Amino acid sequence: MAAADVSMTVPNGAFVVLLGPTGAGKTTVLRLISGLEVPDEGDILIDGRSVVRETPAQRNVTMVFQQYSLYPHLTVRENLAFPLRSPILNTPEAEIARKIGAVAEILHISHKLDNKATQLSGGEMQRVSIGRALVREPSLHLMDEPLSSLDAKLRAELRIELKRVQQELGATLLYVTHDQIEAMTMATHVGVLDQGRLVQFGPPREIYENPVSLYVATRLGLPRINALPARLFPGAPVGASTIGLRPEHVAQGDGKPCEVLRVERLGDQTRLHLRLDGHDIVTLTDAHTRTEPGDIIAIAPRNPLYFDAAGRRVA
Amino acid sequence: MAEIVIRNLRKEFGTFTAVQSSSFRIEDGEFFMLLGPSGCGKTTTLRMIAGLELPTSGEIWIDGEEVGQRPASERDIAFVFQMFALYPHMNVRANISYPLISQGMSRAQVRARVGEVAKILGIEGILNRPVGGLSGGDRQRVALGRAIVRNPKAFMMDEPLGALDAEFREHMSQELRALHDRMGATTVYVTHDQLEAMQMGDKIVVMNHGVIEQFGAPQDIYDKPATMFVADFIGSPSMNFLRFRGAVQPGSTSVTLHHQALPAPVAREPFEGEMVYGVRPEHIHLSDAAPYRGRVRATEYLGTTQIVTIETPNGQVKARIPSDQPTRPGETVGLDFNGATVMLFDQQTGRALRSDLNRGVLAHV
Repeated sequence: MAAADVSMTVPNGAFVVLLGPTGAGKTTVLRLISGLEVPDEGDILIDGRSVVRETPAQRNVTMVFQQYSLYPHLTVRENLAFPLRSPILNTPEAEIARKIGAVAEILHISHKLDNKATQLSGGEMQRVSIGRALVREPSLHLMDEPLSSLDAKLRAELRIELKRVQQELGATLLYVTHDQIEAMTMATHVGVLDQGRLVQFGPPREIYENPVSLYVATRLGLPRINALPARLFPGAPVGASTIGLRPEHVAQGDGKPCEVLRVERLGDQTRLHLRLDGHDIVTLTDAHTRTEPGDIIAIAPRNPLYFDAAGRRVA
Repeated sequence: MAEIVIRNLRKEFGTFTAVQSSSFRIEDGEFFMLLGPSGCGKTTTLRMIAGLELPTSGEIWIDGEEVGQRPASERDIAFVFQMFALYPHMNVRANISYPLISQGMSRAQVRARVGEVAKILGIEGILNRPVGGLSGGDRQRVALGRAIVRNPKAFMMDEPLGALDAEFREHMSQELRALHDRMGATTVYVTHDQLEAMQMGDKIVVMNHGVIEQFGAPQDIYDKPATMFVADFIGSPSMNFLRFRGAVQPGSTSVTLHHQALPAPVAREPFEGEMVYGVRPEHIHLSDAAPYRGRVRATEYLGTTQIVTIETPNGQVKARIPSDQPTRPGETVGLDFNGATVMLFDQQTGRALRSDLNRGVLAHV
C-alpha cells in the first residue's frame, strides 16, 4: 500500500514538507493531490472544494519535479510563458510579460530570459522550472524533491531562495523530500511519513524536540539519535523500554563510564564514538578535544526521550 | 603493510596535465584520503600508485622500493572500485576465492582464508548465495572481501561508497573505518566528499586542477587552510570570505574592514592590497553591542543550532549560532568574530597569509 492513512490540513501560505525515506508514500500523496493518481478512499479539499473528481487541470495546482523538464528549443522567457498561454488560462500578452518579469526578478534569472534553456546551468534550469510553476499563481504548489539532483552548494543556496520566494509571494507549498535538512530549514510544518501513514505533523522544532515515536525521532537530527535500552541509565519511567538520547544530550563528566572507540574530527565539531555495556553511542564534543581512543569517560542523559516497546513515546 | 612515498609525480595526457609534480608521504597503516572536485587529478594519482597508469615522470616508493614504471601485478596492491565489479555468474565464495585460486593457492588454504575474511566482514551467512540478488551494501562487502583476501601491501579505493544512498553511505563509512582499525593496512581512498574525508581520514591531500593545495591532518586542514580553495572546499557551510582592501604588518592583531577593526591572529608577514578575512560560521557570534553590522537575510533551523545568512558591507556571511537565540530575517545585527581562528588571504593568489595561527603549516609541500 503506497499511501495508507494521511490526514492533514495545509494552511494557506504554509510551506509544508513531507519527509520520509524511499517508499514512505511521499510522491504518491503528491500525485493524489495533483490528480495524477485517483485515491481508493478519502477526500481532498482545495480552498474548501472537494477536488477528487476533478482533472489535474481543473484543480489549479502546479507540480515541479526532481528532473527539470524544460522545452530545450525555447528560451527561458518562452518556457515561463508556456503555461500562461494554455487555452484554459488564456492570459493577455501584457499580463504574461508582467508576470514573467516579476517571477524572473524574484528567482534572479532576469538576465537569462533570452537564453535557450539548454544554455543554462543545472541550478538555473531548476529555477526556471520553479518559475514556470510560480507564474501561474495556483492555489497550491506541489514539489517533488526539486533540489535533489543539484550539487550540495547549489542546493544550500536554493533552499534559502525557495523559502524567500515562498514568503514574498505568500504561496502555499507542499514539498516532499527524504532530506531532513530541507525539511528542517524550509518548512513551516513538517509531516513525517512512515509506510504510507502520516505519523506526525507540526513545526520543525516541535518534531525535533517532541517526537511522538522513536521512528520520528530518528528522522530528524545528525548524527542520528542514540536509541538504547532504557535500563542502561537510572530514572526510566514505567513502561519505557528505549531511551532516546540525541548526541548533544549526552552529558560528559558524571554517570556511567564508557570507552571511547573513535574520535572523529569534523572541523567545527568532534564526534565521539563510545561503547557502553556493548552498546554504541555517538556524542559531540569540542572540536579540539584531547580525548583519544581508549580513554574512559563518564556520561549521563540530559533531556532524554523515552519510548515503549512499540516505539511510542512515553515521556 | 607499507609506507608509500610519492616524489614529484606528474602525469600528462597529450597536452593536458592531469597531475602536476605531486609529493607526499603515506605512513604505514594510515587511512589516507585524496580529496578534490571532479577533474582535480585525484583518481589519476590513485591509478598511478596502483600501477593502472604509468607516470610521465616522478617516483612512487612502496615499502622502500621504487615501482613507478612497474605493472600493477608487481605492486601487490588491491583496488576497490565505485562500481562493485563482481563476477555475476559466480557466488559470493567464488568471487572472494578468485584472486587466491588464480595465485595457485591450495583448496584448503583458500577455504580457510575466505572463511577468515567473511568473518571480518560479517558475511559468513551469504557465502553460497549468487551475487546477483545481493543488496548494494553486501555487494560492496564482497568487493572488499575480494580485496582483503589477498592480504596485499595496501588498498586503493576509488569512491567505493559513491553509488550508495546517503544514509547507507554513513553506515558503510563507519564500517569501513572500523575494518581499517582492525586490520591496520595502508589505505588510499579517493573521494570528492569533504565530510567523508574528514570523517574517515588520518591524513588528507586536497587537490585542485592537478595541484596539491594542502596535505595534513583533517583538523589542521580545517583550522588552517593553506589556500582559499581549501577553505571553501572543506566545511559546511564553508568558510566565509569577507573581501576588503587593507594592510597588515608583522605583529598586528587586527585589520580594518568598513571602518571597523576586526580581530585576527598575530600577523607574521606584511601585506597590502586586496585581501580576504576568512572566518568559519561557528566563529561568528551575534551581539547587539558589536559595531560591525549586517542585515539578516535568512535563518535555517537545524535542531540545536541554526545557520543565519547575513548581508554585510563586505559580502554575505553565514553564522552558526544556537537555535534558541531569536533571529529574524530583515533585522540588523552586530557581528563578533573569534579573532584567534581567523585566516587572512591574498585575494588575488588565494594564498593564506602567515600568522601565529598557521605557523608551521604553510610549508606543507
